[in-house]
Amino acid sequence: MKKILVLLLLAVVGFYVAETFFDIGFGNSHFVKNEAIKPVKDIYLQQTVQELKVSNTVTSIVVNFRGFDTLGEVTVLFLSVTALGSILYKKRHHVGERSVLFSASSIVTSGSKLLFPAIVLLGAYVFIHGHLSPGGGFQGGVIIATGFLLMLLAYENYSVSHNGLSIVESLAGITFAGVGLLGFMNGGTFLQNFLPTGVLNDLFSGGVIPIIYIAVGFKVAAELTGVIYTVLNEKGEQNG
Amino acid sequence: MIAFILILVLLVLMIAASIYAVRQKDLLYAVIATGIISLILSILFYLLQAPDVALTEAAIGVALTTIIFVITIRNTERMEVEKDNNNNTKPAAK
Repeated sequence: MKKILVLLLLAVVGFYVAETFFDIGFGNSHFVKNEAIKPVKDIYLQQTVQELKVSNTVTSIVVNFRGFDTLGEVTVLFLSVTALGSILYKKRHHVGERSVLFSASSIVTSGSKLLFPAIVLLGAYVFIHGHLSPGGGFQGGVIIATGFLLMLLAYENYSVSHNGLSIVESLAGITFAGVGLLGFMNGGTFLQNFLPTGVLNDLFSGGVIPIIYIAVGFKVAAELTGVIYTVLNEKGEQNG
Repeated sequence: MIAFILILVLLVLMIAASIYAVRQKDLLYAVIATGIISLILSILFYLLQAPDVALTEAAIGVALTTIIFVITIRNTERMEVEKDNNNNTKPAAK
């Protein structure tokens, strides 16, 4: 009886959801039907190319139009990493001793030694070219963190300096907030662009966008490497 | 049309992987299935012309989340344990 009721309820909900979204093709945007209203996406697309001289619209929205949101996002990540570290810190009786050991063969160790610089280079490429090609600070930072993860899994005695990570993270955060505050000094608002925008599709273009994305990349890489390192060194109760 | 069929196949694969991840009692396999969901989702994002999101999904969903879950499983238990109403643990049936 209960199951029939649940199925009936699911069918009703499914019918209305399907009816609502049936007109909209998968992956198409037909939300704005009124021609008189100019969608905000048109304004963004126009301003991105004409004023900011940035070819990647997503980057210009994330860092320029919605830069303050990105600052909040980075703060959320920072707070979660801090919380994780403070929760797991008590259990770490032997600092530096790995709780989880993945035994790695010599193929894995030498292969990761070979791959590690390439992965870090790819991550740096992704966040330096964030305003030209897909990707950006967050993606590049995560790619660098996976490189460190590979090294941590392959080598049992590979360790990352926690102080170094905190310094990199703090400096990157200060850079982000400092660039935002510099916008005030030039008579604008927080995170307003004050550098020359340059030529479209140039590496040095887009004003403050590359600076902020490089800072975000370093910050995310340091934070996620810290997460992996903390979790790997967490002392499990069963494995001793 | 071909792109539509490809998207449909990928969506069906995603649902199949999700059901497998929920039903599987061996948590390691379930985590691998979750990684496969993220991989297919990243391909879908790429097909829907969102390469930025695809890159994020590939890096976070496939690599980072999976490995953090694997480390957690190494530290805890591999098999899912069911609890009955009397709060006694018993090994998973079947």
